Amino acid sequence: MEHVLVVFPHPDDETFGKAGTIAHYTRSGTPVTLICGTLGQLGRNMGNPFFATRETLPQIREKELRDACDVLGIKDLRLLGLRDKTVEFEDPELIADRIEAIIREVKPSIIMTYYPKLGVHPDHDGMSEATVRAVKRIPEEMRPVIHGSAVTNNAVEVIGDPDIVNDVSDVLDVKLAAMRAHRSQSEAMMAKMEKDRQDPEGKTKIEKMLNTERFWIYPV
Amino acid sequence: MKAIQREAIQTVLDQWQDKALYLHLETTNGAYAAHRAESPMAVCAYIRNGKISYERGTVAGEGPYRIGLKMSDGWIYAEGLTDWEIDEEGRLLVAGHDREGRLAIAFELSETPFPL
Repeated sequence: MEHVLVVFPHPDDETFGKAGTIAHYTRSGTPVTLICGTLGQLGRNMGNPFFATRETLPQIREKELRDACDVLGIKDLRLLGLRDKTVEFEDPELIADRIEAIIREVKPSIIMTYYPKLGVHPDHDGMSEATVRAVKRIPEEMRPVIHGSAVTNNAVEVIGDPDIVNDVSDVLDVKLAAMRAHRSQSEAMMAKMEKDRQDPEGKTKIEKMLNTERFWIYPV
Repeated sequence: MKAIQREAIQTVLDQWQDKALYLHLETTNGAYAAHRAESPMAVCAYIRNGKISYERGTVAGEGPYRIGLKMSDGWIYAEGLTDWEIDEEGRLLVAGHDREGRLAIAFELSETPFPL
């Protein structure tokens, strides 16, 4: 049976730019396992108006993540218990050990993670690097394909056009619900989006951005 | 959290003078600051569970506020503080938020270690 493994460092990484694709998988009956490295303890967004503190943020974000998983149909969530902003300073082999164990357990055909070195956030790059290490340890004939999410503005210049472009307009309501579930992180952004949507040009731009999800296959 | 009341924070700082405390001090402009061209680069520094004690602690300013802790052999300083609370565990949480509610600085003191 097909299985998709999703590996990201922060609650909400699975949603922004990827929720529609995940919803496509779960709606077609493909189970999705999500590995979330940290609880995003050092997020700067606290809600707008802010309702979280630096000390309550991890519990709030864990709850938001579980709600988003419910919305997206992710039934298997694994928390690695790492700390925000420290992923790149951990021993990548040890993080790879934990990812490898889960790969061997759920036997995914696809792994979604950030595209190595193009994740912008150092935790993104730390987590994708560990994921690549884990995948390289799997015998070639059993290796899942890495669908990388590139964030840097120059991604197309560096690695060319995306290999996979998904139109997720049919599940846009699900994607927006997942975004809203990450309330502490999305509230300010979604308010701004609503405002920009009043303008016809802004509306077209935002809808294109929301309806299109892009991935690059990372050669291992 | 609520808007800073200078006298209330000063009272706490006075109570904790010369006590062994844990410090969380952090400032950030966000991991995406450069990516979104808000700033030439992302800048962040934090120390969690620094063990400190101070001989004089003072809140200053008319808002946003500043806090300075004079130690026997150094200083701790924070600027841009707007909101505060004593949380359920008796810790002093002070932060500076921008207009969008985003945290720009956090200054926290506790008698017990902050969780990792």
